[in-house]
Amino acid sequence: MSPAPRSTSPPGPVTSVPQASDPVLEIRDLSVDYGFGADAVHAVVGCDVVLRRGQVLGLAGESGSGKSTLAMAAIRLLRAPGVITGGEVLFHSAPDAAGGLHETIDLLRAGDAELRRVRWSEISVVLQSALNALNPVITIGAQFADLLKVHRPELTESERWERGVQLMEMVGMTGDRLRSYSHELSGGMRQRAMIAMALALEPQVMILDEPTTALDVVTQREILEELMGLRDRLGFAALFITHDLSLLVELADEIVVMYAGRLMERAAAASLFHSPRVPYTYGLLHCFPPMHGERRPMEGIPGSPPDLRALPSGCAFHPRCPWAMERCRKETPALVGLDGSDREAACWLHSGEATVPAELDLPDPANRGPQPADEPPRVRRATR
Amino acid sequence: MSLAAAQPATQPVSVRPVLEGRGLTKYFSVKRGRGMFSGHDRLFAVEQVSVGLAAGTVTALVGESGSGKTTVARMLAKIINPDAGNVLLDGEPVPSGRPRSYARQVQMVFQDPFASLNPVHRVRYDLVRPLRIHHLAGEDIDATIADLLRRVALEPPAQFATKFPHELSGGQRQRVAIARALSVRPRVLLADEPVSMLDVSIRLGILNLLADLRDREHLAILYVTHDIASARYLADTIVVMYAGQVVEAAPSARLTDNPAHPYTQLLLSAAPDPDRVEPPSLAGRGAPPSLIAPPSGCRFHPRCPHAMAICSAKAPPSVTVATGHTANCWLHVDPAQRQVEDGSEPAPAPTDGMFQRPAAASASADRHHPEED
Repeated sequence: MSPAPRSTSPPGPVTSVPQASDPVLEIRDLSVDYGFGADAVHAVVGCDVVLRRGQVLGLAGESGSGKSTLAMAAIRLLRAPGVITGGEVLFHSAPDAAGGLHETIDLLRAGDAELRRVRWSEISVVLQSALNALNPVITIGAQFADLLKVHRPELTESERWERGVQLMEMVGMTGDRLRSYSHELSGGMRQRAMIAMALALEPQVMILDEPTTALDVVTQREILEELMGLRDRLGFAALFITHDLSLLVELADEIVVMYAGRLMERAAAASLFHSPRVPYTYGLLHCFPPMHGERRPMEGIPGSPPDLRALPSGCAFHPRCPWAMERCRKETPALVGLDGSDREAACWLHSGEATVPAELDLPDPANRGPQPADEPPRVRRATR
Repeated sequence: MSLAAAQPATQPVSVRPVLEGRGLTKYFSVKRGRGMFSGHDRLFAVEQVSVGLAAGTVTALVGESGSGKTTVARMLAKIINPDAGNVLLDGEPVPSGRPRSYARQVQMVFQDPFASLNPVHRVRYDLVRPLRIHHLAGEDIDATIADLLRRVALEPPAQFATKFPHELSGGQRQRVAIARALSVRPRVLLADEPVSMLDVSIRLGILNLLADLRDREHLAILYVTHDIASARYLADTIVVMYAGQVVEAAPSARLTDNPAHPYTQLLLSAAPDPDRVEPPSLAGRGAPPSLIAPPSGCRFHPRCPHAMAICSAKAPPSVTVATGHTANCWLHVDPAQRQVEDGSEPAPAPTDGMFQRPAAASASADRHHPEED
């Protein structure tokens, strides 16, 4: 599992001025293969993702785009045949009281003891299927107790129970649910219990891998509301992985779009939604029929997601791209910053040698300063 | 591709539906307890659901999991028999069982194309079988198959016919499943969540294909889904189900723009919508009720922000709110009429057809009544 050594910057104490927007988890040039040698499938290729303190970072992509692999590799939960082939993942723990040094750990090079210190207490995970994530043969309360026994040995049994009750109430459930087994809870309650468990040790980072995909929309909305409320109160950073870009636009501060194992675009949520710069993002945004206005025919994206075993040459999206050029078939674009904005795109259309299509050159709301009042506020449909 | 996908329903809605379910009801028996205390509970999966499918239209059946939408589709396909109510084809009751002549006219497309195609057979086999069974094979079976594959945009057909399911992407598999349903030249297509297992980028392709079949081949299509945005996109009419009952039915744009039933409003307020200016506020909370002991009266009343005393006592009638728009809700019943039904309750009238009750105080006063029984 240990990655090929490659040092871009040595891990260890780094001095910097602590800020609210300081990175808490930095994934640098991470590559993951499934299998070895010539048969290896490159599931994640050279991805850079920075999660900042208190931020909700959305990771969007279709199935097989490598979004879950990226996150699981970053926290060393990837199982064979997954192999991390390069990169580093720096976790910066909270600045101490004096506000001086950050302790920084490279998770990919950390030993078992170090990983155990970070896992769950600093970085916790909520998975899609809470029924599989919870132990079916012991109660929810016993699982809380297990967790606290290991990580908070100083607590007594009654204190552990109290903490369990407190956590359950935090996610909108009652403490008596601690006596339930996971099969006695509804899907939404199971996912709430998972979130409570993920919050038990007050982590700085929470990784949410499709946490609400299996739930009904109303339950999904309730859980997301609670999650965002907790984020505001507790200040953890969240990496939110989902295929539902329309949900992410509402939820995330910043969004990263993945396709065939590579990052295609990174931008603030509003910028990405109103002014996508990459054809894939543009296409993906037009895959969700709108809820208001005239019903217009939409095309989605032609073709289907590529097979990772036989990726197209050059940009993996070029066979589906309406603006593909000669260069796209030959060379793979890198994720580079776009002029005059805090956003990145991996597309040859923005390299300056081609005219950017009007659809991909819409004004970025982030660059217009404060939102102009030219749009009348939309009348809300649901009255309370 | 299909411009008509987005056009409002221009077909006259009054034409007699090809396939109709009237008062469909289905109970399931659920085992309870063990040993000498064991017994069976009745689960009210679907109660008194009526839905009509007209040629050349798409009707969407929208609801959360457990709302009974798939059960309705299965009853219409005669995969399961209703405990009460009738399935009518061209206005004629269909004999019990599932006669082959019925299967030839009403076909189903299932949710999971990974499960609905046999992995050990080539695509050709899947398409030949229904043709043989229904004696439709004709002279040139390869030409028929090529034509079927072309109709679902799998080109070149000769190449796709020899493939195994695992060689196809999810979208292509679903196209094969649709081609298989089309092979017997049905008049009705019942599509049960046909896109929910597919990648987001290829869902619209399948929805546009269904719209195309509606327009070109004049099929009557039932589109079962939990995604109200896609229902708005594809369907001419949307029927919303909650806890086994129909709560609202209307032309699709009208239903999403002017929802009349509180449950529909809740669904819409919860649906992801990037255009939303302010964070959504849910119009009601909680979860759907147990169908073994459903709430009395209106099944939505324990979650409804507008619930009145009568809501817990009596099931609401189906009220016509506007042309082609019905809602099963007491709020749309004339207060005087409501009083007669209830015998007591004088309640303030809704301000207009769409209720927007400004009197928050009276609404909240009403809200706590139902708890008393």
